[in-house]
Formats: sequence, C-alpha cells, structure tokens
Amino acid sequence: MSKSNVVSHLKQKKINEVLSTGKRMDGRSLEEYRPLIIKSDVLAKSEGSAEVKLGKTHLMVGVKVGTGTPFEDTPDEGVMMTNAEFTPIAHPSWEPGPPNEDSIELARVVDRGLRSAEILDTNELNIISGKLVHIVFIDFYILNYDGNLIDACGAGAIAALLKAKKPVYEIKKGEPVLTDKKVPLTIRKKPIPVSVIKIGDNFILDPNADEEEVMDVRLTITFDEDGNICTMQKSGSAGLTTDEIKKCINIAKAKAPEIRAKTMETMQ
Amino acid sequence: MSKRTSKKKQWIRVDGRQYNELREVKIESGVLPNADGSAYIEMGRNKIICGVFGPREMHPKHMAKPNEAVLKCRYHMAPFSVDPRRSPAPSRRDQEITMVMRFALEPAVFLERYPRSSIDIYVEILEADGGTRCASINAASVALVDAGIPMKDLVSACAVGKIDDRLIVDLGDYEDKKGQSDLPLAYMPKLEKVTLLQMDGIMKTEEVEEAIKLAIDGCKQIYEIQREALKKKYGIDKTKMEEDTPDEDDAGDTTEVTEQ
Repeated sequence: MSKSNVVSHLKQKKINEVLSTGKRMDGRSLEEYRPLIIKSDVLAKSEGSAEVKLGKTHLMVGVKVGTGTPFEDTPDEGVMMTNAEFTPIAHPSWEPGPPNEDSIELARVVDRGLRSAEILDTNELNIISGKLVHIVFIDFYILNYDGNLIDACGAGAIAALLKAKKPVYEIKKGEPVLTDKKVPLTIRKKPIPVSVIKIGDNFILDPNADEEEVMDVRLTITFDEDGNICTMQKSGSAGLTTDEIKKCINIAKAKAPEIRAKTMETMQ
Repeated sequence: MSKRTSKKKQWIRVDGRQYNELREVKIESGVLPNADGSAYIEMGRNKIICGVFGPREMHPKHMAKPNEAVLKCRYHMAPFSVDPRRSPAPSRRDQEITMVMRFALEPAVFLERYPRSSIDIYVEILEADGGTRCASINAASVALVDAGIPMKDLVSACAVGKIDDRLIVDLGDYEDKKGQSDLPLAYMPKLEKVTLLQMDGIMKTEEVEEAIKLAIDGCKQIYEIQREALKKKYGIDKTKMEEDTPDEDDAGDTTEVTEQ
C-alpha cells in the first residue's frame, strides 16, 4: 500500500481524470460500495466467525472466547482484544513478518469503534472478580486485499460477534468449573466504520486497492445506530480543511445505516 | 465564542482551568547539540524531547524515494514516563502514534526538495501526562524548523475532550482517563489544514464540529508559543518583525511560507 512512485503517478492521473467525470475506473459512482457479502458462522472451532467479501477484498473474522486474569484497574471486567493479520497470500507485495503499521492501524481503528460504542458488556464477561474473566479475541485474517479493509473488517466484526457464544462457568467452592453450556454474547451496539477517501478534489467511498494506493487522505468515521460518532481516524499525508471534514462526516453518516442494514441482512 | 463562553463560564475543571484554557506550555529549541534540530516541550506535566536528523542519506537505501525525501518518525516512551514502568519495546499504540505523527507532519515539509534522502524525527517521552501525541507534534515541528528544513507551515496540535457532557480543551491525564471522549487534532494555522484527526468515545456530530473549532483555537495559541521559542533561539527582534509584514514571515529565518 506504499506509493510506488512512477506507476502511482500515472495511475493517479488516470484515476483523477475518470473521477472528474463523476464515475470511477470500475464504473461505480463516487459513493457506491462494491457488493458486500457476509456469511456468519463459517468456522466451527471459533466461538463466532464471519466471512466477508467486499468486491475482491476477502477476509475472515474469527472470534475466540478464552479466559485470563483481568487488568488491575478493572477487576470485574472482561477484556476484548483485536488483531489483524496481513497474510502473504493476500497481495503480492505483502510479506510474512511482524504486524506492520497498516495492520496495526486497521485493528486499532476497528477496535476503538467497538470499544467506544461499548459493544460488549464487560461486566457480563466477569467470572471471578479480580481473578478470572472472559477474554474475547477478535482476529481479522485478510485473504485477498483489494482496498477498504477497515469498513470490511468493521462490518465483519459485528457479524461475527452477533453469532459468538461464550462458554459458561459455574463456581464450585470458589473454583471455576467449565460446563457444556454456551450462551450468546450480549451485543449492545452496532458501530459501523465508513472510510471517506479524498483523491484530488473528489471524495469517494469504498476504494479498491488502486484507488487506495493513490489516495491523498482518508478519514474513517464510525457511527453507532443512533448517529453518534464513536471513532475518527485521519490517515494519509495530506491535510483537510474543516469544511472537508464536515463533508466527510456527512457522506459517512448517510452511508453507515445502509452498510449496517446490509450487514444484518446478509446474516440470515 | 460568546455563546460558548456564557454557557460554560462557571464550570471549573479538576486543575482549576477554564474549559478552553490550555495547560502551561514551554518550548525550547536547540537543546540537543548532536542533532541537526531539536526541541524540548513541557505541556502541563508532559516532558518531551525531540531530535531531528537530516536530510541525510536514507538507510536502508532501497527505502529511499526517487522523487522526494522520506520522513521517518519514531514516537517512544521512556520506561519511567508512566506508572507502572512500561517496557521500552514499542507497543502497538506507539507504532500507531508514530504513523499518525508522520501523517501530521508530512504535509508541512517540502519533501520534494530532498529526493533520495531521509529526515529522521525521534521523539522521546520522558514524562507523560495526557496528550503526549499532540505535545510530540508541537515539539517535532519546532525541531524540524530548528534543523533548517524548509517548511510550508508549523504544525500545532491540541486535544479536545468531553467530560460531564462538556467539551474541554487540552486534556490532562485524569481528564483523558475519566472523560467520555478524546479528539486529538493537529493544524497548520497558515494553510488552514487539519493534518491529524482522531477521536474515540461517543460524540454527536455537532459536538465533533464544535470540538474541532475549539481544538483549532487551541492550536492557534500553541502556534504563537512555537514561534516565540524559535524567535528566542534565532534572536529575531520582535518589534522589527512587526514592521515588516508579519504575516509573510513565519517562525525563524529557516522557515518559508508559501501560499497554497
């Protein structure tokens, strides 16, 4: 996703030319998403899962529910952890190795959206105060990269969490005993991230890999179902005026309910 | 301003500040003899030192860009900067801040003047008290100027948060942890562009718009402090500066201001 200079500049010129006609290289209009297909419960060994396809972007979301000790300052609260894995099969330029900046940003932006919306009831994840709590791990596994990972992972996380179940522990003589029962996690909100990308003077949604490569700046805004903003993240080496920020917020706010509805609809 | 002031005048924050009052900010430039440029900032109880090296040869070479310089950043917290001690290894948070800091500073630097080279910015947090990423950007931007790197503008940064459903400027550590939301923002006051914008917590759209306005007001105050720090080092007579066009003359003799 780093700019490969000469090719990028030519590509940028072409993409800009087409954008100025109100269309995009693949024929979409500026604020049009590619088809979003989400299948949940696709993996049996994870407590919750979803497969997301957004155009050629393809990824899996796995939710595992484990146990561990709570943080010292929140002894009664369970923990949620988010991680993104850029697998080397997803793009020719992606190599195996420790997480890079982009994968850290992806996981952290989606995580902040879920966390700010207080999607999970962390008290419900408590087993023995100060000693044992549930830890909900959300892992994004990118299988094919063609842009807009934040939006795809954000929608996928909701789909996977909605189907996720946690094992039930009984307390016998002060000790936790694992039972066969599993109960669904309580999902309190459905925050949806929408990334608005600026290329030249145009604002577009759902960029593919080419568009993402030549973008000037991206502003990701996560909305909950009440229209509140849960997270914002500006990325990319350009500035935005306050009017442009307002414009991005309005574009994203109008789109978020549609993506949320699509996420829910494909769950059936 | 008037509407906000009248509504929120009586409410006082934990440390006695008004809702739109910054912590005391002290900036000194040229504090590291071995660095090409450097700055030390105290923003409240934050103590941050920043060194800039370059433009110099890119290492490793294959990372160099043929058409412009690469701005390399590192945000790093000292193990003793927080309670309890933290590992000196970079965390995921540090890596993300490193990245957004780079995005915040890049638009201000004439990178195209130094193809194939790198400009390295190292930020060390000696003591953290909330808002370290903003304070780091403030220091880094002064250090870049101190290094003699041509800049389009200074970058000033400041956060706005929400606590008790009220918006407050420049959150301290307590306000950061107990507050409902946090919106760090960096701004180039002459070019009127926002170069860093993050937010977490819950805010209404109108609150975000209001918060952005407040943060920009805060950035403008910090901008003046940054300019003073540079003028102090480079010995520019303030009275003389006001005679010739002050709008054209940015912080220090090494800085250039261009129209967009």
